[in-house]
Amino acid sequence: MNILAIDSSGLVASTAVMSDNIIKAEANTCNKLTHSETLMPMIDTVIRSSGLELGDMDHIAVACGPGSFTGLRIGCATAKGLAEAIGRTVIPVNTIDALAMNMYGFSGNIVPMIDARRNEAYTGIFRTADTGLETVKEQCAIPLAQLIDMVNELGTRTVFLGDGADSFRDQIDKTCTVEHIYATPAQRLQRAASVACLAVIYAGEGRAVDPALHAPIYLRSTQAEREGARAKTEAEKAAMAAGHVVRK
Amino acid sequence: MITTGQGKNGIINILGIESSCDETAASVVRNGREMLSNVIASQIDTHTLYGGVVPEIASRKHIEVIVQVVREALKEADVSIKDIDAIGVTMGPGLVGPLLVGVSYAKAYAYGLGLPLIGVNHIEGHICANYIENKELEPPFMCLIVSGGHTHLVNVKDYGEYEILGRTMDDAAGEAFDKVARAIGLGYPGGPKIDKASKEGNPEAVMFPRSRIEGDEYDFSFSGLKSAVLNYLNSCDMKGEEYKREDIAASFQAAVVDVLLDNSMRAVEKYGVKTFALAGGVASNTALRKAFEDACRDRGIKLYRPSPVLCTDNGAMIASAAYYAFSRGKVSSLDLNAKANLRLGETV
Repeated sequence: MNILAIDSSGLVASTAVMSDNIIKAEANTCNKLTHSETLMPMIDTVIRSSGLELGDMDHIAVACGPGSFTGLRIGCATAKGLAEAIGRTVIPVNTIDALAMNMYGFSGNIVPMIDARRNEAYTGIFRTADTGLETVKEQCAIPLAQLIDMVNELGTRTVFLGDGADSFRDQIDKTCTVEHIYATPAQRLQRAASVACLAVIYAGEGRAVDPALHAPIYLRSTQAEREGARAKTEAEKAAMAAGHVVRK
Repeated sequence: MITTGQGKNGIINILGIESSCDETAASVVRNGREMLSNVIASQIDTHTLYGGVVPEIASRKHIEVIVQVVREALKEADVSIKDIDAIGVTMGPGLVGPLLVGVSYAKAYAYGLGLPLIGVNHIEGHICANYIENKELEPPFMCLIVSGGHTHLVNVKDYGEYEILGRTMDDAAGEAFDKVARAIGLGYPGGPKIDKASKEGNPEAVMFPRSRIEGDEYDFSFSGLKSAVLNYLNSCDMKGEEYKREDIAASFQAAVVDVLLDNSMRAVEKYGVKTFALAGGVASNTALRKAFEDACRDRGIKLYRPSPVLCTDNGAMIASAAYYAFSRGKVSSLDLNAKANLRLGETV
């Protein structure tokens, strides 16, 4: 089975071609260029390096969230466009699950974290199982303190990874009472190879979808929707619309 | 290496994709002029809840429907994807989140199909909407583009060659319609609602100011007009005076139309043009159309304006603009990016 995998959920843009459980080619960048500029040329390079053609792919796998809203949509739109062009399906892979896959084999709790701002993390808790990952806590958006409480309660040796492991490191060290380590730079951030590894398992479980049906999982409603739920007056609602001034 | 040239039997079919604001749209256009399909998925009901377009919500809606909209455009055109020679996509100006959905999708889709991709300027698209229904229209002509996001007076010198004579220094004309509509309780979207209310109102009830930009002969300003309307309403409130909102709508609309017409006709006379075109969402406004029809008839100028469905954001205008760019050998590369403030005529 041939899979092209994409992850543009965070600062990293990553893409990989996997063929019969071998990563034929992978590229990762973490620079100042936008994913919009970087991703397609990278995909082109990776496909060429793999010795395969886009048409050889059985599925297009994509990290479907959570993460940067815009980054997720660039990855998702790209995956849909490629799959639609060659008449194949999309396999959505949770960003946090894919990150956890970077540390497959670790004995203890695997805790990926993406900085979700407002002192919250997109995170989850996983363990290595025989045929993949065992989910202890499904991916979610929760306050850092709540996550550390959970980790402490589980009381097992833990590895932290993801960009959140960098931005929250001081707080983790202060509050985490169990033995813990941080993933190396080689394993710390999003890797399309990990997305591909899970996609192969999901393909066997029939989780591939028509490109039309796939959409990112944001784990957060938009600011307008959140405030809309609280807004009492029409004027308050109107104030949230972009670039508009409301007459009081 | 992608080369441009004539498609099969001199026919070039272009798939146009547009997602710069709150409409996900796709269309197939043959040889830049013949519209084979025009599919538009509007999000207007969603944004009405918030009184205007919320960019993040718009982006989320675009990604959910883009594949379906493109499929429907091909189906409605009764063509197979194999009959498509190139793909055009709006790259700006517009809201960056929404733009990125269309640009990312179009890049990947074109790459996967091995088709050339052409990044299109949205304002140029609006101008080209006029080519679709008017086979005889050719540059040079003058065009006024008025929409929720843009107000431009442009000399169209040739296909793809533009001279911007004037543009808004603050709000777009359509934006002013939205804001005033909200202030008088008509709601969103303001353009059609003010148009309708104005038919029951007196355009001379209140004399709102007609702003001119000092030193800039053809530039526009609508923020002063909007403030004047808001101030008028405030002073009525304070004095406890009643006002008829249809009168406010009609008087405001008359001021906008006056300014647009005045600048346009001065430019027409100075440049001695014989052909004038309207474009953009506000070009559907009945008072604006009537005023331009009368003024152009008096001056012996041929006036073009697209039907309302082509005034609004659509994929057909993008496909048409892409055709003329493609014919000139313009093709975008895989690093094509969305640009929120892309200027007309700017090459990226």
